[in-house]
Amino acid sequence: MTPSGYLQRPNRLLAVYAIGYLAFLYIPVLFLPLFSFNDSLFVAFPIEKFTLRWYGDMLNNAPMHAALWNSLKVGFTAATVSTIFGILGAKAVTRYRLPGQKPVIAAIMLPLVVPEIILGTSLLILVNNIGLGLSLISVTIGHILICVPFSMAVLMSRFEGFDKSMEEASADLGENAWWTFWRVTFPMVFPGVLSSMLLCFTISFDEFLMAFFLTGTEPTLPVFIYSQLRFPARLPGVLALGATILTVSFFVIALAEWIRRRGDQSGSAAGL
Amino acid sequence: MVERAEAPPSATLARGGLIERFNALFLRSEALRGYSLLAPTLLVMAGAMCVPLGLTIAYSFWTQDYQTIDTTFTLENYRTAFERPIFETLMIRSLWISGATTFLTVMLAYPIAYYVAFQVKRHKLVWIILMTLPFWSSYLLRVFAWKLILGYDGVINSSLIWLGIIGEPLTFILYNPIAIVVTLTHAWAAFAILPIYVSLEKIDRSLLEAATDLGDGPVARFLRVTLPLSLPGVIAASLVIFIPTVGDFVTPTLVGGPDGIMIANFIQHQFGRSNNWPMGATLSISSMVLVTVISLAYVFVTRKLTERIA
Repeated sequence: MTPSGYLQRPNRLLAVYAIGYLAFLYIPVLFLPLFSFNDSLFVAFPIEKFTLRWYGDMLNNAPMHAALWNSLKVGFTAATVSTIFGILGAKAVTRYRLPGQKPVIAAIMLPLVVPEIILGTSLLILVNNIGLGLSLISVTIGHILICVPFSMAVLMSRFEGFDKSMEEASADLGENAWWTFWRVTFPMVFPGVLSSMLLCFTISFDEFLMAFFLTGTEPTLPVFIYSQLRFPARLPGVLALGATILTVSFFVIALAEWIRRRGDQSGSAAGL
Repeated sequence: MVERAEAPPSATLARGGLIERFNALFLRSEALRGYSLLAPTLLVMAGAMCVPLGLTIAYSFWTQDYQTIDTTFTLENYRTAFERPIFETLMIRSLWISGATTFLTVMLAYPIAYYVAFQVKRHKLVWIILMTLPFWSSYLLRVFAWKLILGYDGVINSSLIWLGIIGEPLTFILYNPIAIVVTLTHAWAAFAILPIYVSLEKIDRSLLEAATDLGDGPVARFLRVTLPLSLPGVIAASLVIFIPTVGDFVTPTLVGGPDGIMIANFIQHQFGRSNNWPMGATLSISSMVLVTVISLAYVFVTRKLTERIA
């Protein structure tokens, strides 16, 4: 970047706007944790009094635990499988000159621009026709579909960011392709792999629109939460659960972003 | 070159049998190796996306016959969909709500993306992470938060009553299309900031200096250099918000009320309570085609406009 201070005189108004905008992003979400500590069935000011009751109730809520366990299973499987496909795909498009590469990448990224309701209902039709039926497996398949594009994007920037000659040096020194991958390529793309896993897990863990159609008798956590919204008496429980989820996923994502962006200087990764 | 290092030691060996021949071809052809590495990913994406979408298209030409599905080809569903006014009403409303959301989100996001790209010098990473975080948090919970805020005895009403500003809760703030637009604008904010930020960050700063040296003031410089160069980001942001929001059924259900029912609610109903999957498929395909056409037209018009300015 060239020194161009006279072009970029600090603009107070813009700074104030930026802070206001961040407030607009964060404050609505903060009402969930705020009211989760309120000793009242209603979400209304004034706050009655501080309580941890709703968090205590969560410990004995067996259906919620089951839903949490389902979401963890789906999230972990979807993250692992998507990341493996992401590694293969990202290595293929960054390491080889492929004819028709652009349309192929566009095709893989397609789920990002198809409304999820259409992906969800289409998969619903598919699993019914091939006799798979609705289960955690159908939800996992749906989540893999929307996670692979994210995984590819994260890993492509990682593969582009490292020096290809390292792999060549390893090959010249007599390592075969398999050991070159494990001893050179993998350690270098590892931060990308880790952040891809974390991002995919979070996407799957929070995903509702597709899971709504693809869940059978075992709900994932968002489907469970949605079913609870109908009952006013369960609202505080939902708030406590929501606050917990938000806290954990903010932490996980901040970690993933930090790992990813620290390892990649190119800046092009800011794309996703 | 990796390929050479892995090639068989002598070419004469390759002449031996078919398998060796294939191996030699395989190792020498970059495209073949690349595509075989890509094959699992492509296959899964095809199996989980193209096949289901193909089935949906097929379903849209079939009809529901009580419990079974009649698989004779017919345009009946499409005729029904276009003759009954409900499809048109819901579709226009959905497009209107999504369009307003997209416009508002992009307009609000542009200044902050500009601020972070051009004015933040230290702690840029912190700003980027702060802007990105909500992007990954639960969509359902973000939407639900607005129901708490706008609700009959929600945050706004209860605090206004508590402060003595109003006596009765305001009823017009929840369960209408405006509430949907507000909620979606918040829920999709991060999706607009990121692409715009990236396109602004990429702009070569010397172009701005050149414009200044040639006598452009801040406004002219923005309109003639920065804005046109950031348009790819604006277009990407618009599409990334417009397309999915047309297919959202959670937000209308939670904050939209009866006047805020959107096309996705109707589709969901066909796959749920109405149990008319072929009709649901017809509605899905029709809205997808319509949204795609509008998106392409938008991209085309924006590109043409940019050419004229630049």
